[in-house]
Amino acid sequence: MVLSAADKTNVKNVFAKIGGQADEYGADALERMFATYPQTKTYFPHFDLARGSAQVKGHGKKVAGALVEAVNHIDDLAGALSKLSDLHAQKLRVDPVNFKLLGQCFLVVVATRNPALLTPEVHASLDKFLCAVGTVLTAKYR
Amino acid sequence: MVHWSAEEKQLITSVWAKVNVEECGAEALARLLLVYPWTQRFFSDFGNLSSPTAIIGNPKVRAHGKKVLTSFGEAIKNLDNLKGTYSKLSELHCDKLHVDPENFRLLGDILVIVLVSHLGRDFTPVCQSAWQKLVGVVAHALAHKYH
Repeated sequence: MVLSAADKTNVKNVFAKIGGQADEYGADALERMFATYPQTKTYFPHFDLARGSAQVKGHGKKVAGALVEAVNHIDDLAGALSKLSDLHAQKLRVDPVNFKLLGQCFLVVVATRNPALLTPEVHASLDKFLCAVGTVLTAKYR
Repeated sequence: MVHWSAEEKQLITSVWAKVNVEECGAEALARLLLVYPWTQRFFSDFGNLSSPTAIIGNPKVRAHGKKVLTSFGEAIKNLDNLKGTYSKLSELHCDKLHVDPENFRLLGDILVIVLVSHLGRDFTPVCQSAWQKLVGVVAHALAHKYH
């Protein structure tokens, strides 16, 4: 799947709007994912997953940071996410289906906090972007 | 509750009668670890998983594969109460083993392939259909108690 110029513009605009709140978006997305898809909690037996958990907030910040980095290098996602891709392939080995679940939750968070922002076109671009990120992160699995 | 037609039950039990649980179980688990290498994440204490030969010959893989497929045999005896049959195992996989239920779906698909490779043309489309339904339902039952 290829991100068109319009997709890239749409994605950059979304993240420009999110701005400094990216960390909160990340934490919110994770919290929603754990609540909506309880099986995703199996990857975090070492975390306190109660609402407002500092560990979830911290991890949300990491995830958001990676997404922001990806947006800043949207022309070379594979390059920008290469180290994370290695990490997921060699150590974390999160089953590929879960990236879709987190992506869905991230879309939900964007929509809840910016109802007017997620037009159908922007929705499509952002979904494609999140899908592409997931693809890169699982690219070295085998 | 899942509905099974008489034909589906017959296809399932007749195939199962031909299955060598120890061999098929070992093969299915080995293939899971090979085809979807990220599933090795649950077996860091199984020793050498570094190559196809190592995985296929690994005694812990073989033993665990047999265990898993033996449990599958219980499902086939209790097709009308799969959720009940797998209730405790579901809790175990969630609370203690922390296994993503996606892995049950992956193993189910692998098992179908293993059966096909042993039965050849006898594994007709309707037969595959019944078995894909079964592995799907088993995966669902194993995930049922997740919270």
